[in-house]
Amino acid sequence: MAKIKINTDQCKGCRLCIHFCPVHHLRISEEMNNKGVLYACTDPHTRCIGCGYCYLVCPESCIEVHLLEPSETKKTHT
Amino acid sequence: MSTQYLRPSSLRHRETHYCPGCGHGILHRIVSEVIDELDIRRTTAAVAPVGCAVVAYNYWNFDCSEAAHGRALAVATGIKRVSPDLCVFTYQGDGDLASIGLAETVHAANRGERLTCIFVNNACYGMTGGQMAPTSLIGQKTATTPCGRTPDTGEGWPLKISDLLAQLPGVCFVARCALSSPKEIQDTARQIKTAFQHQLDKRGFSLVEVLSPCPTIWQKNPVEAMAWIDTEMKKVFPPGILKTP
Ligand SMILES: Cc1ncc(C[n+]2csc(CCOP(=O)(O)OP(=O)(O)O)c2C)c(N)n1
Ligand code: SF4
Ligand code: SF4
Ligand code: SF4
Repeated sequence: MAKIKINTDQCKGCRLCIHFCPVHHLRISEEMNNKGVLYACTDPHTRCIGCGYCYLVCPESCIEVHLLEPSETKKTHT
Repeated sequence: MSTQYLRPSSLRHRETHYCPGCGHGILHRIVSEVIDELDIRRTTAAVAPVGCAVVAYNYWNFDCSEAAHGRALAVATGIKRVSPDLCVFTYQGDGDLASIGLAETVHAANRGERLTCIFVNNACYGMTGGQMAPTSLIGQKTATTPCGRTPDTGEGWPLKISDLLAQLPGVCFVARCALSSPKEIQDTARQIKTAFQHQLDKRGFSLVEVLSPCPTIWQKNPVEAMAWIDTEMKKVFPPGILKTP
């Protein structure tokens, strides 16, 4: 399991990460960031598999992907 | 927590000036990552083009110079000859490399300069508002070909400059890749790493052409622009290795 971190103020809302995420873990926000852009955010109903596709396609390099240790995975789901 | 994908240290923490979904941002990250992997950040010098990537040096965390429009490979030749131990590369658009800078490009390649050229093919002049580039596709509507590029009316055919350069004996490696999917983005990183490696091994001139989305000029959303690379651009510019030692 994995977890991503999005620098939402840097996001330009291009939606490439949303399009390429194979498990639909990303969606567009309802609020705007300080640039006035609807930014990418995670969907709590799905789980990140750590494939890195969002990181690879992001033109702003504003996504980080962190792999979780098994112990941390447990923590996130209790 | 172990990190799998993290912003490379050769890429500064700075917001880009590029349009949403622009390939330049993706390619800046790829180049930075390769430089980190090869551990050559302190021994690399880049030459930025004139075009949308004119201020690429604002984003890279290694030495960079700017060159007059099209002259990047001439400036890079000077840097490399004075400092042969540096890894020197140019980053150039299709207008920069294949129009105004054609002479500098062909002669640097023909001299077999030990340089790497990263050639960003977005089939248009982005910075100046979307005029036809030598690489624009037949039928492609641009600011200067409003009815679509037509060879019969003197607008010529898409110039396959990488294929032409691959014929030259001084050129050791030419590859064409695309930024249209995560897989191809990873492949682009591999080809750029190989091109740098050939330079470090003193094998000659290396070039990687990258088919790159320009959603603004193409008047498509970023996802459609990625798809246009796959459905239209690749027919004319098929990805692959055109030359390898
Ligand atoms: C000597 C000179 N001629 C013309 C220009 C105007 N000009 C600036 S960028 C550009 C074309 C850039 O196109 P390309 O190299 O494809 O890069 P892109 O913007 O698409 O990334 C032109 C013609 C200039 N800056 N200098
Ligand atoms: S790492 Fe993969 S699964 Fe996780 S959010 Fe990014 S694209 Fe989706
Ligand atoms: S790819 Fe990057 S810039 Fe584009 S929407 Fe996703 S996080 Fe934002
Ligand atoms: S005009 Fe095209 S190449 Fe230039 S920044 Fe915008 S999307 Fe990128």
